[in-house]
Amino acid sequence: MRHLLRTPAGIAGTLLVALMVILAIAGPLIWGAEAERIDSAVILQGASAAHPLGTDNLGRDILARVLVAGRLSLTLAMIATLIGATAGVILGALPSVLPRRGARLVTGTVNALVAFPGLLLAMFTAVIAGLGARGAVLGIGAAIAPGFARLTQTLAASVAGADYVAVARMLGVSRWRVMTRHVLPNIAEPLILQLTQVLGGALLALAGMSFLGLGVQPPSFDWGRLLFDGFGRIYATPAVALGPAAAIALAGIGFNLLGDVLARAASRRATPTDAAAGRAVPEVGELGEPDPDAVLEVRDLTVTFPGGVTPVRGLSLTIAPGEIVGLVGESGSGKSLTAAAIGGLVPYPGEVSAGRLRMCGADVRELPEDECRKLLGTSLAMVFQDPMAALNPALKVGGQLAEVATVHQGASRAEAFARAVDRLEHVRIPEPAARARQHPHELSGGMRQRAVIAMGLMGAPRLIIADEPTTALDVTVQREILRLLREVTDETGAATLFISHDIAVIGELCHRVVVMYAGRVVEELPVGELASGAAHPYTRALVASLPDMETDRSLPLASIPGRQPSPAEVPGGCAFADRCELASAKCAELPPLIPYRAGHRVACWEAK
Amino acid sequence: MIIKNLTVRFGAFTAVDDVTLEIPDGAIVGLVGESGSGKSTLARAVSGLVPYTGVVEGVDPSRVQMVFQDPLTSLDPRMTIGASVAEGLRLPRAARQAEVERLLTLVSLPVALAERYPRELSGGQRQRVAIARALGVRPALLIADEITSALDVSVQGAVLNLIRSLREEIGLSMLFISHNLAVVRYVSDVVAVMHRGRLVEAGPTEEVVKAPSDAYTRSLLDAVPRLARS
Ligand SMILES: Nc1ncnc2c1ncn2[C@@H]1O[C@H](COP(=O)(O)OP(=O)(O)OP(=O)(O)O)[C@@H](O)[C@H]1O
Ligand code: SF4
Ligand SMILES: [Mg+2]
Repeated sequence: MRHLLRTPAGIAGTLLVALMVILAIAGPLIWGAEAERIDSAVILQGASAAHPLGTDNLGRDILARVLVAGRLSLTLAMIATLIGATAGVILGALPSVLPRRGARLVTGTVNALVAFPGLLLAMFTAVIAGLGARGAVLGIGAAIAPGFARLTQTLAASVAGADYVAVARMLGVSRWRVMTRHVLPNIAEPLILQLTQVLGGALLALAGMSFLGLGVQPPSFDWGRLLFDGFGRIYATPAVALGPAAAIALAGIGFNLLGDVLARAASRRATPTDAAAGRAVPEVGELGEPDPDAVLEVRDLTVTFPGGVTPVRGLSLTIAPGEIVGLVGESGSGKSLTAAAIGGLVPYPGEVSAGRLRMCGADVRELPEDECRKLLGTSLAMVFQDPMAALNPALKVGGQLAEVATVHQGASRAEAFARAVDRLEHVRIPEPAARARQHPHELSGGMRQRAVIAMGLMGAPRLIIADEPTTALDVTVQREILRLLREVTDETGAATLFISHDIAVIGELCHRVVVMYAGRVVEELPVGELASGAAHPYTRALVASLPDMETDRSLPLASIPGRQPSPAEVPGGCAFADRCELASAKCAELPPLIPYRAGHRVACWEAK
Repeated sequence: MIIKNLTVRFGAFTAVDDVTLEIPDGAIVGLVGESGSGKSTLARAVSGLVPYTGVVEGVDPSRVQMVFQDPLTSLDPRMTIGASVAEGLRLPRAARQAEVERLLTLVSLPVALAERYPRELSGGQRQRVAIARALGVRPALLIADEITSALDVSVQGAVLNLIRSLREEIGLSMLFISHNLAVVRYVSDVVAVMHRGRLVEAGPTEEVVKAPSDAYTRSLLDAVPRLARS
């Protein structure tokens, strides 16, 4: 509820709706008598001190009548909405329950009704059902129903495609039960939101019907009726019409605003917020002199999000030219955020802090903004899991590559395009000139990933960061991309950070391996030691649980019980402790990452 | 059971092209191939989720169960684990509780998990719940479609061990689909390879892995990333 009061629209909507509800409850109690009191002395007066909105043809006070009419207006709108929504949900749900023929009939009817103008539908129904409040309510209900039916149908179809519905069907669960147990509960939220907005619309529509004389009939009165009565006098005594008009407008606006804000809040609530806050323990240690040879030197990198969410905790990493370092760890260990922090891409409201963040000999945080952008633009090449994320689907491949050269290197368009074709050829895309003139979607997944790598090669990259670049690809294509990355690193002398959850891929490609767990580096070792020289229990378990082409099939595979703590609940001590066989009382204290052998560091109390 | 000359067409596109494959009783048949090769379409056809031509003999279609890649999307987020597992059981209410407990125990999960919701479980646990649910209807054939692809290696092992123990303990026949050849090799008795909708090779696991007869199988085997173990 709190987010409702955070935006002006939210505050206004909530206030207006609250006001309308109070008015509907209290209005007739307070002003009921006043609204009905006939006074032949003050017939058809304009605004005055005694009657701020004037009086009607029987001398009744119009302000009091407006305040009293709120109840009927809101009640009728609510009934109309409920009728429309109920009919709509039933119509929308039927096709999922009925046999195919019936389903098609219902769908067809709904489609026809949706295309039919709502107001006509309402008036048509109202005329058939008889003049008066009942007819108007039924009419508006009928006008609301098709929209609701369509929404229900669309939402239900999206849920019906979910695997759990397929599973339920395979289990032999009846269609009706699938609808009531799986589909409806999972689409209830958007439907309820829609209800708020429709309520505003129903209110306006009912006022419209009454105004046209099709709705509420005397002696009852709602806002629309009051407007109808006052409209003839609008030139002589405008206040008598403006009062009811303002009430209608305010109520309509209130419900629409509230509905909007609720809908937006709901769509934002996708990620649950963790309450428990884990303390980020900074790694103590002298920073020392910067490493002059390193292309990338990161010290004590920490990424935090509001609410104590700290996905990266004091990470340090150094990469030399020509070196490929693999960053491995399970999902959520902070690999991608580490890459994002290095590239300056951590999304708002994430915060990055580091003792040192040097790239190509300069600390990126000390550079002026334009130089920093230039450095990242020309020296850093990033490759992601989904190449489509890096390519603009609307632009031709060659043009996108050429843009890098025209923007950062001041090349002419023809030169840039020629270089783009050359680079595409370099990453072994067949017929590069033709491919350069195609859009990304015309290329296969592997070819797109090559194009992204070629884009990185337009400049002279000193650092390549590849985040799961082959995870979406088939093994045969994966192998070619890995080979390409290795060649590119060799010939450009760039430093490469290769991120993957697949330890076998890391083992095949990289020189050095950095293992992450719950935001921290737990082990750093030369690739040759990965298979049998790992010292951290987590690394060892990862290696043991990986089946390969030589694994003994008669023995069970190793596996690690439990799960990695989420970034908001990482404990103060060793984060792996509750999954670790070797854990002891000592492990309640955070083990530092310390040298173990040459080129090998471990953070574990048991590593000797 | 045996799949004979099964073909699935989507318009002009032939997703599964004349596939004949035997799944011996109590055996695990592994199906490998690249994305788009028709593995999942074959599985959906055998489960009766897509129309096909050809015949599936020796199994009642209502006794085929399928487990999907992403356990989070295959469990209704609003139902407790216990309710999800109980859903397919055709048992009187009184007997359900005991059966749910038996199924959870069968997949090595603590019985107390029945009260929890899918989001409160780890990926590996969720996948075991999905398997327990499928086992509840005593399937004649279980189809596992990339069931470990969304899992971390650290929990994948437990799910693979479960698959193998189910074959040993209850003699379950299974079609195990994966793009990961090492995983398929570990669990399967027979390996079948699909390429562009056709079955290019099928045979006992060690034979296919050690002496592949098809060129495409060889290129798949060559591409498997290997950790140099000394
Ligand atoms: N914008 C954000 N706001 C809050 N938390 C976030 C945000 N982005 C990521 N996280 C959290 O940070 C943690 C680390 O995320 P990250 O994407 O770095 O993991 P990863 O190691 O790359 O995992 P995967 O292997 O699944 O790609 C996760 O628990 C994630 O939920
Ligand atoms: S520090 Fe303790 S709990 Fe952590 S990995 Fe080492 S032995 Fe296990
Ligand atoms: Mg990631």
